[in-house]
Amino acid sequence: MSLLSIEQVTRNFGGLTAVSNVSLKIEKNELVGLIGPNGAGKTTLFNVLTGVYTPSSGRVMFNNGDKEIELSKLPPYKITRKGVARTFQNIRLFKELSVLDNVKIAMNHEAKYGLFGALLRIGHFYKSEAYIDEKARAFLKEVNLDELADTKAKNLPYGKQRQLEIARALATGAKLLFLDEPAAGMNPQETHALTGFIKEIKEKMNLTIVLIEHDMSLVMEICERIFVLDYGKLIASGSPEEIKNNPKVIEAYLGDEVEV
Amino acid sequence: MLEFLNQIINGLSLGSIYALVALGYTMVYGIIRLINFAHGEIYMFGAFAGMLAITVLRLPFFFALIFAMVVSALLGVFIERVAYKPLRKSSKTAALITAIGISFLLQNLTAMIMGNNTSAFPQVFDKQVYDLGGVQINSLQVLIFVVTIILMFLLQFIVLKTKLGRAMRAVAVDKDASVLMGVNVDNTITITFAIGSALAAAAGVLIGLYHIRVVFWMGTAPGLKAFVAAVFGGIGSIPGAMIGGFAIGLMEALVAGYGGTLISPYRDAVVYMLLIFVLLVKPSGLLGKNVKEKV
Amino acid sequence: MKNYLNKRNLITFALLLVIFFVVQFLIKEKIITSYMRSNLYWIGIYIMLGLSLNMIIGITGQLSLGHAGFMSIGAFSAAVALKSDPTLSGLFIGIGIGILISLIVSFIVAVPTLRLKGDYLAIATLGVSEIIRIVLNNLSITGGASGISNIKMLMSWPLLYVFVVLTILLTHNFKNSAVGRACISIKEDEIAAEAMGINTTYYKVIAFMFGAAIAAVAGALFSTTYYIVKPDSFGVSTSINILILVVFGGMGSLSGTIIATFLIGLVNIVLQPYAELRMIMYALVLIVVMIFRPQGLFGSQELSLKLLPNFKQNWFKRKEKSS
Repeated sequence: MSLLSIEQVTRNFGGLTAVSNVSLKIEKNELVGLIGPNGAGKTTLFNVLTGVYTPSSGRVMFNNGDKEIELSKLPPYKITRKGVARTFQNIRLFKELSVLDNVKIAMNHEAKYGLFGALLRIGHFYKSEAYIDEKARAFLKEVNLDELADTKAKNLPYGKQRQLEIARALATGAKLLFLDEPAAGMNPQETHALTGFIKEIKEKMNLTIVLIEHDMSLVMEICERIFVLDYGKLIASGSPEEIKNNPKVIEAYLGDEVEV
Repeated sequence: MLEFLNQIINGLSLGSIYALVALGYTMVYGIIRLINFAHGEIYMFGAFAGMLAITVLRLPFFFALIFAMVVSALLGVFIERVAYKPLRKSSKTAALITAIGISFLLQNLTAMIMGNNTSAFPQVFDKQVYDLGGVQINSLQVLIFVVTIILMFLLQFIVLKTKLGRAMRAVAVDKDASVLMGVNVDNTITITFAIGSALAAAAGVLIGLYHIRVVFWMGTAPGLKAFVAAVFGGIGSIPGAMIGGFAIGLMEALVAGYGGTLISPYRDAVVYMLLIFVLLVKPSGLLGKNVKEKV
Repeated sequence: MKNYLNKRNLITFALLLVIFFVVQFLIKEKIITSYMRSNLYWIGIYIMLGLSLNMIIGITGQLSLGHAGFMSIGAFSAAVALKSDPTLSGLFIGIGIGILISLIVSFIVAVPTLRLKGDYLAIATLGVSEIIRIVLNNLSITGGASGISNIKMLMSWPLLYVFVVLTILLTHNFKNSAVGRACISIKEDEIAAEAMGINTTYYKVIAFMFGAAIAAVAGALFSTTYYIVKPDSFGVSTSINILILVVFGGMGSLSGTIIATFLIGLVNIVLQPYAELRMIMYALVLIVVMIFRPQGLFGSQELSLKLLPNFKQNWFKRKEKSS
C-alpha cells in the first residue's frame, strides 16, 4: 500500500486548469522530485496535497500503516496532524519570533492543556511547557540550529532561514515532507550544504520527502524518482537517468536553462 | 401601489446619495486597496463647505456646489499626500488605522470649529411637490437625481474615454506594470482621491439641502452605509458602486416605509447585517472580482 | 503548588501589595483627591479594555473595531442587575450575566466573521458594534436611547485594583502559553500557522471571546463608576479610543498598553477643560504613531530591563516595512 496515492487530481481556477488529472504514487521512505517549467502546477499540486486547496475532482489518499485517510477532505492543520508537513516557496517563517518559538509552535499539539489551563496555570501547564521547551531545544540540537535558538527568525541569514523552514516542518512530527523549492536563491555552496542536510534528516528521521526544485544538480543528485509536470499534466516519471533523456521533458524545458 | 412607488422615489433619491459616496470608496479601494475610513468625513466636510459658501460667501447654489466639490477634492488630495502616501509600502493594517485616525481628526476638528450643535443648511430653493398621478416627487429629489446622473455620466466619460481614465483603470489592475507603461502612478492616485472626494462633497451638499441638518457626526452612518453599498455592488467596480448605492437606498426606504414600529427603528442595523451577509457569502459583491491570496 | 512559590512571583506579589496599600493610604489621607481617584478609575477600566483588545488585535492579529459593543453588553447587564440589587452581589451578578451574554454574542459574531481578513474584518466588527448599539437603543429593558441612570456607584480602589490586577494576570498568562503562541503565529503568518498544525479558526475565536468577556467586565465596572449608561456612549468613538491605547503602546505588548493608558490618562487630566482638543490629540496620536513609529512604544515586546542597553540605538529606528 503506497504511503500517498494521488488519484486523478484536477484543480481548476475559473477557466484555468492548473493541475490536470494527475495520478501518482509515493512510497514510504522515497525521496521524490517534482519538476517542470514555471507555471506547470507544481506548487498548486502541493497546495492540493496539503489542504490549502480542495481538488476540483479526484482525491488524495494517505496510508500511514493504520488506515487509509482521504487527505483531500481535510483542512491543512488536520493534514499536518496526520503527519504530513510542508515548506513554502517564499519562506513563511514567523519572523518576529525566535527560532525556538518557531519550533515550539510546530510542537503546539504537545501542550496538554487548554485555555483554562493557560489562564490559571493549572493542570498540565508547567509540565507541558517544560516538556515542549526541552523537546524543542533537543530538536534544534539535532538539526544544528541550537546556537541560534534565541535569534529572531527575521535576523537569520538566508541559508539558515531556509534551513529553519524545513526544520520547523519537521518539528511537527511529520514523516511525509513536502519541500517547495528549498534551494531557491542559494549559491552552489549553500545548495551543497542543503543537499547534505536533506539527506541527513531523511536518514536520521526515517522520512519520505517530495521536493519541488528547479536546481537540477540537487534534483539529480538526491532524488530516487522524479515526476515531471507541464501545463498541469504529468508528462513523465522515472529515475533521474530516464528523465534526463526523456524527449518530452526536454521539449517542455526548451527555452529554459537546464543544468545537468 | 402608490405608496410603494413613493417609497421607490424616496429610496432612489437616498440611493443617489449613497451611490455618490460609494463611488469614492470603490475608486480608492480599486486603486490602492485601502478602505478610506475618512471618506464619510469628506461628505460631511462638503456639506459644511457648501453651507458656508452660501451663507458666508453668498454664492448661488450651483457655484456653492462646485466650490464645495473643489475644496473637498483638495482636502482629499491633502490627506492622501500627507497621510496615505507615506504608508503605501506599509501593512494594510497600518494604513487602515491611519485612515481611522484621519476620520477621527476631521470629525473633531469640525466639532471644534463649527461647534457641537447642528447647523442649518440654507433653503435656497422652494420645495415644490409634483404629483404624477398620485405618485409624489418633490423638486429637491429631482435636483438630487439630476445632479447625480450628470456626475455619474461625467465620471463614466472620464473613466472610459480619457487618458486619465485609462491610467486609473491600469493602475487599479496592476500598479507596477502601469509604471513601466509610463503612467504617473502617484498623480493618478491623487486624482482618483480628488474625484472621489468631489463626488462625496456633492452628495453632502445635496443632503444638506434636502435634510437641512448639518453636524460634525453626519458622515458616520452614511459613510458606513455607502461602504456597504460599495461592497454589495462589488468593491473596485464603478458600476457596482452605482448599483449598490441605489440598492441600499431602496432597501432602507422600504424597511423604513414598511417595517412598521417593530422593524423600522432597526433599518440601519438591517443594512449592516447585509454587509456581514455579503462579506460572508460573496465578498466580491455583485460585480466585483474574486481575488484570492497566492500561497 | 511549588510552581507558584518561586522568587519572581513572591517579589511580584509583594510589590502588588505595596502598591495597593500605598494608594489606599494616600486616598485615606485625602492626598489623592476624589478628582484624581476618578481619573484612576478611568485609567484602570481602560487598561482592562486595552489589554483585552490587545488579545484580539495585538496577539492574534484580528483588527476588531467593535470592542465598545462588548463593553456595552457588560455595562447594561450590570446596570440592570444593580437596579434590582444595588449591592456588590448585584454587581457581581451583573458581571456574570455580562460575561455570559458577551461570550455568546462574540461566539456568534466570531465564527463567521473571523474568516474575513484585514479591512473587511474591521468593517464587519464595526457593523456588529453598531448593530448592538442600535438594538440597545430600542430595547426597553435597557431604557432605550436614554439608557439607565441612577446606577449605584460601588466603585472603589480595592474593587478596581483587584479587577485590573486580575486582568493583567490573565492576559499575561494567555500570552505566555501555548494558546498565546498559537495566536501569535496566526498574527505572524496565518497560512504558515495552519500548515504547522494550528487550528487557526479555533484560536481566533478563543482570543476574540476572551477579549470580549474582559471588555464586558470593564463595561460593568464602568457603569458602577459613572452612574449613567447610554447606548450612544458605546459607539465607534469609544472603540477607536481603545484602539488608540493598543496602537500607541504597541500591538502585542501588555506593558505597552498599560503605560500608554497611563500616559493618555495623564493627558486627559491636563486637557480636561478642552474636550475637543483632547479628541484631536487622540486622533493625532493614532496618525503620527502609524506614520512614524507603527510599532508604538514597545512593539510586541514587554517592558524589561533587557531593553535598556539597546534603547538609544533602537528608539528611532523605523520598523522594517513588511509587505
